[in-house]
Amino acid sequence: MAALTSLGETPAETAAPRRQGMRARRRRRLNAFRYLAFTMFGLFFLLPMLAMIRFSLEGSKGGTWSLAAWRDIVSYQGVGVPPLMSAVEISLELAVITCLVILVLLVPTMIWIRLRVQWISRTFEFLCLLPLTIPAISLVVGLGPVYNRIEHYNLSALMLFWVYVVLALPYASRALAAGLNVLDVKTLSEAARSLGASWFTVMVRVIAPNMWQAILNATLLSSALVLGEFTIAYLLGYNNLQAELYSISRNTPNAGVVFSTSAASLLFAFVLLLILSYVGRPRRRG
Amino acid sequence: MAVATTAEPAARPVRPGRRAPLAWIGTVPFFGYVAVFLLWPTGIVVLDAFKDTTGKFTLSGVTSLWNPAVRGYFIGSFKLSLISAVAGAVLGAILAYCVASGNPAGAVRRVYLSGSGVLAQFGGVTLAFAFLVTIGPTSGLLLRAGWYYSFPLGIALIYTYFQVPLMVLVFLPAIDGLKIQWREASENLGASTWQYWRYIGGPLLAPAFLGSALLLFANALSAFATIEAWENQIAYTVPQQISTSLSSEVGLSNINYADALAMGMVIMVAIVMTGYALLQRRAARWLH
Repeated sequence: MAALTSLGETPAETAAPRRQGMRARRRRRLNAFRYLAFTMFGLFFLLPMLAMIRFSLEGSKGGTWSLAAWRDIVSYQGVGVPPLMSAVEISLELAVITCLVILVLLVPTMIWIRLRVQWISRTFEFLCLLPLTIPAISLVVGLGPVYNRIEHYNLSALMLFWVYVVLALPYASRALAAGLNVLDVKTLSEAARSLGASWFTVMVRVIAPNMWQAILNATLLSSALVLGEFTIAYLLGYNNLQAELYSISRNTPNAGVVFSTSAASLLFAFVLLLILSYVGRPRRRG
Repeated sequence: MAVATTAEPAARPVRPGRRAPLAWIGTVPFFGYVAVFLLWPTGIVVLDAFKDTTGKFTLSGVTSLWNPAVRGYFIGSFKLSLISAVAGAVLGAILAYCVASGNPAGAVRRVYLSGSGVLAQFGGVTLAFAFLVTIGPTSGLLLRAGWYYSFPLGIALIYTYFQVPLMVLVFLPAIDGLKIQWREASENLGASTWQYWRYIGGPLLAPAFLGSALLLFANALSAFATIEAWENQIAYTVPQQISTSLSSEVGLSNINYADALAMGMVIMVAIVMTGYALLQRRAARWLH
């Protein structure tokens, strides 16, 4: 099984031999082009980041440096909005809840569909991709009434997770499907069942451990989505991280704390994904 | 959910190709969830687009879509999405090829892929702030451009910042699927690089490229956060207009107008995504 899981979802093997496929001169030209492209794109992506970080480090007078904006993240209290830190907490909690719900919803369903109800898989895939076709802003218009009912019971912004699960469906389901595709789910579950395992054991202790990289992937993609979500929270009147940053910047233009928090959240997500790409690298046989 | 599935009397042997009569019950939680939080809201949008505030049937919301001002928002959205999708698709394809032709386990690939994962999702408010300090009026660091407020080109440039990473993510698998044997065969037959791309690589990747470009188009169409944080005085696009009519003081009287706009967007994206699905099917013929 180790060999199977180690395939993960990096399409590594197919790309590797390409370098021998070309004559040396062409290879050199291609490499020159590649490095030029990487530099240009790198600049395009890095400049706004660096500008943002530099701006967040700006002191009270132009041209000076100061860490004040970064220290402000934990204590900032905008005019007429809840403290910044509470919005950060809400976004992080939302990310955790969304990931848990989406895993509990998707993993057993996907395994179950593969094992017993193949005929439903077309519909399932269609529904998973559907959120891509329905713009979040249109969803908000229709969600208004649905959320009015939820608000009868609880007003917390954490209730946003119900929609975020839907928004994350396309990304999470594709990541999980990539993990399941390289497993022989049927054989695994038949072996476990014939040894007396319950369905719960089959899923939690046999199949899930074999696709942990896909699960991790789905988790991180979903969290990146939740941490960056603005449209729905803003229009339904909840204060998550992005909506809070937006209202702070409306009330106090050029508040340094807006830029330091933005930069911090981007770096946070980037480091998480980078770590994943190393954790999930194909293991050597053994 | 696992509990629901364990309750299944599942000791029966699994027979391939045969439907287990009650096995579909295990998928009820998923379909129920999607019905409540995706299908129901969409249904509300479509139904309410044909109702007035008192709940009576009316076409006034839908016919307002033909109003020249409203048409202007749709045209604005269309232009912005088209420009940013074409720019994002071309640049993203080039970057994806550069990433794919390198070492598959190398640091460059990892950094660019992780970066793409973040930036494709983080296209929101943060992005507008980043560009605000880079080329905006308060920029103390770099060129101060005057054209950045121009619509649609200025905003389209900012949109390419999340369109290019998205293109890398969706197009890379297609490039990885190009078989090295095809390149070798063409070189052994004396084809130049140009001929390889013109007659082999290009036609093979074309469906996947067009499909990805359509996905980018849909993505730009529904993007709202960036443009709202960048410029909230003038409404150029449909999402901005929906937001205005939802949050305006006269909110209630406008609700079926918002519904009609939202329905217009759903239809627009649905057309695009149908094209995407058809092209994906065509792309799958060779590249797997």
